[in-house]
Amino acid sequence: MLEKAITGRAGYWIWVLLLLSAIGAGFITYLFQLKEGLGITGMSRDVSWGFYIAQFTYLVGVAASAVMLVIPYYLHHYKKFGKITIFGEFVAVAAVTMCLLFIIVDLGQPQRCLNVLAYPTPGSILFWDMVVLNGYLFLNIVIGWTVLGAERKGIAAPHWVKPLIYLSIPWAVSIHTVTAFLYAGLPGRHYWLTAILAARFLASAFCSGPAILVLLMLILRKLTKFDAGKEAIQSLAKIIAYAMFLNVFFVLLELFTAFYSNIPGHQHTFVYLFHGLHGYGKLVPFMWTSAVLGVTSLGLMIIPSVRKCEPVLAITLVLLIIATWIDKGLGLVAGGFIPNPLEHITEYFPTIPELIITAGIYASGALILTVLYKVAVGVKEENEA
Amino acid sequence: MMYDKKLIIPGLVIFVWLMTLPFWYNSGKATAAPEVKIDTPVIQEMAEKKCIEDKQYMREAHMQVLDDWRDEVVRERKRVEVTTGGKTYEMSLQNECMKCHSNKAEFCDKCHDYVAVDPYCWDCHIEPKEKK
Amino acid sequence: MENGRRKFLKIAGAAALGLGVKPVIDAVAGADEPVKYVAREGALQAKRWAMVVDTRKFTQELAEECRKVCHAEHNVPEIENPKHEIKWIWSETFEHAFPGHEHEYSDPDVMTRPFMVLCNHCDDPACVRVCPTKATFKREDGIVLMDMHRCIGCRFCMAACPFGARSFNWKDPRPYIGETNDEFPTRMKGVVEKCNFCAERLAKGVMPACVEVCKDKECLFFGDLDDPESEVRKVLSTNHTVRRKAELGTNPMVYYII
Repeated sequence: MLEKAITGRAGYWIWVLLLLSAIGAGFITYLFQLKEGLGITGMSRDVSWGFYIAQFTYLVGVAASAVMLVIPYYLHHYKKFGKITIFGEFVAVAAVTMCLLFIIVDLGQPQRCLNVLAYPTPGSILFWDMVVLNGYLFLNIVIGWTVLGAERKGIAAPHWVKPLIYLSIPWAVSIHTVTAFLYAGLPGRHYWLTAILAARFLASAFCSGPAILVLLMLILRKLTKFDAGKEAIQSLAKIIAYAMFLNVFFVLLELFTAFYSNIPGHQHTFVYLFHGLHGYGKLVPFMWTSAVLGVTSLGLMIIPSVRKCEPVLAITLVLLIIATWIDKGLGLVAGGFIPNPLEHITEYFPTIPELIITAGIYASGALILTVLYKVAVGVKEENEA
Repeated sequence: MMYDKKLIIPGLVIFVWLMTLPFWYNSGKATAAPEVKIDTPVIQEMAEKKCIEDKQYMREAHMQVLDDWRDEVVRERKRVEVTTGGKTYEMSLQNECMKCHSNKAEFCDKCHDYVAVDPYCWDCHIEPKEKK
Repeated sequence: MENGRRKFLKIAGAAALGLGVKPVIDAVAGADEPVKYVAREGALQAKRWAMVVDTRKFTQELAEECRKVCHAEHNVPEIENPKHEIKWIWSETFEHAFPGHEHEYSDPDVMTRPFMVLCNHCDDPACVRVCPTKATFKREDGIVLMDMHRCIGCRFCMAACPFGARSFNWKDPRPYIGETNDEFPTRMKGVVEKCNFCAERLAKGVMPACVEVCKDKECLFFGDLDDPESEVRKVLSTNHTVRRKAELGTNPMVYYII
């Protein structure tokens, strides 16, 4: 099936070349980082995780959100998702690959990363994250490829793939839960030390992931003969609306606990992020952008007529993606480190090399997604012809 | 399906050439095995010129010895090795090995360069100051 | 580990047999006693090392001296940029060492006093719990150590430590080390490091460097918490002491007399 990825119009090849050059730039910058050390990033002794780990966290959510298609289609036999479930699974493949790359580029000694296998430590959440992420990648590649292969031949998917599909459902939940546990089990990091973190992660994942998927489906409709179908997109939009409502609700719960209890430690990061603390407030404009866009997109998403108008829906989803991305991909990780355990403040902002490497990884994910989508669309066009 | 003979054959040739490039690159350039001088001042003064084990063993297994040592010292709180002969040695690359073998460039680097290995010992451990 | 070594000897012997290399056979034949690894004679031993800081007797000069001696002993680089700084022991004011315990009317003497902060060598260390490779681990005598050979530089331990005791090598530290101590290694870029309670000095039978600095002032006590006769126990039983963030349950082993 892969051969479908090596035939295409000029536009396709320009896009692929564009991605390859971004990957190249990212890779060269990474070599520079490898030589100089992680000091070329904006991270510091106090904010010791930054953009890389934040992107990793965001993308774990995107990967997990494939389950929002798998559950309706495979458990509830919601046929309208039959055409697009494969696209959700392929988003998961691209997203998990990016997650793994983001972890690798964040390591100080990446050559030694196999120590995690050489000295397995089940007490460490990072060990389990490695297990669930690799497992999820494997599951989605196998499931996606097998189901697509069967579809191409016009036959039913082999029986052995069903148990894997069922397994992928709790597995999807597990990847984001385990990722939340990386943060939620650390003493003395109040912003993360909350039982609701995994739930909050899943809620933001289940709105932002499907939002990305809907946008991709709209793009595919423009560029190819494949049409996801109005009803499938509307169903996804409803899922997004519910998940975004939960996401905002969970944030409000956090705010209530922090500010009604009036415990300073629980408030510090919120104050830093939304108001600034002791004169430091680099992230304030971003966090307010996130809050305003988040509430606006939720408001628009719950109005049926807005949701049903696809161009408006598309814009709303872009707002929603920006809102959730700032929240998780910028505020969550850096914010958790501010103020530091000694209540000093060191601010964080990514540097240019850090952004180039990040862009390179996003381009790798986009390339994987492009190739997989090219194949999937090719198969579907072929079958319809 | 396409079968492009005119593309596949040259493609294969280029692939095989790339994969075997190291052999082409190094062929006809055989370097002689290095002659390593191990007689540092400290070694010259030794009555019995012997390391913790005999030469052949050390040549083959020094990396395992060092690997065992670092685990014992760092993780097991044991810092001294009692050898089969009953002699004791401080298990320290920096503070014991290099006391005798104070000629790192000769003793370590020559062979490591020859066999093209690049252990990162000296990224952290401080090499003896050699008199040039 | 000893087995590993012996096994290797046997393999080497067998291989030599095949090749007919005589010296190796001789060496193996003579080696009936296994190689032994032992602790150094005269090493200071304890069941549970702990430290007491008498903050009443600390001056800025003494605090700075402790930091300097420790950092010189352990080849800790002096990096100007606070973002990339490496610190094993340093002084903080009360409000940063014990955040939330200060108030408007606090004793100004206490508020300006230097508080030495360092790794607490917690009995239930969060850093050890999260490390994915066991590169950081707790020894039997309670010292929380780093195995620099094994650290992959994921910095999970830095996120987990509630005391900010850990530093990461954001770049090669060597250019920033003035005079090196040739008895102790440096670190390489990309690994985490912290105070080791002078494990290398205890092995030689001497007290930690900072304790040595404060010997005459009697303001830094170090000893076995498990031994009722030890100095630390006596100091703890006759003075009211507090620990940093004890409420987090990591059970810190550095005590402070305020």
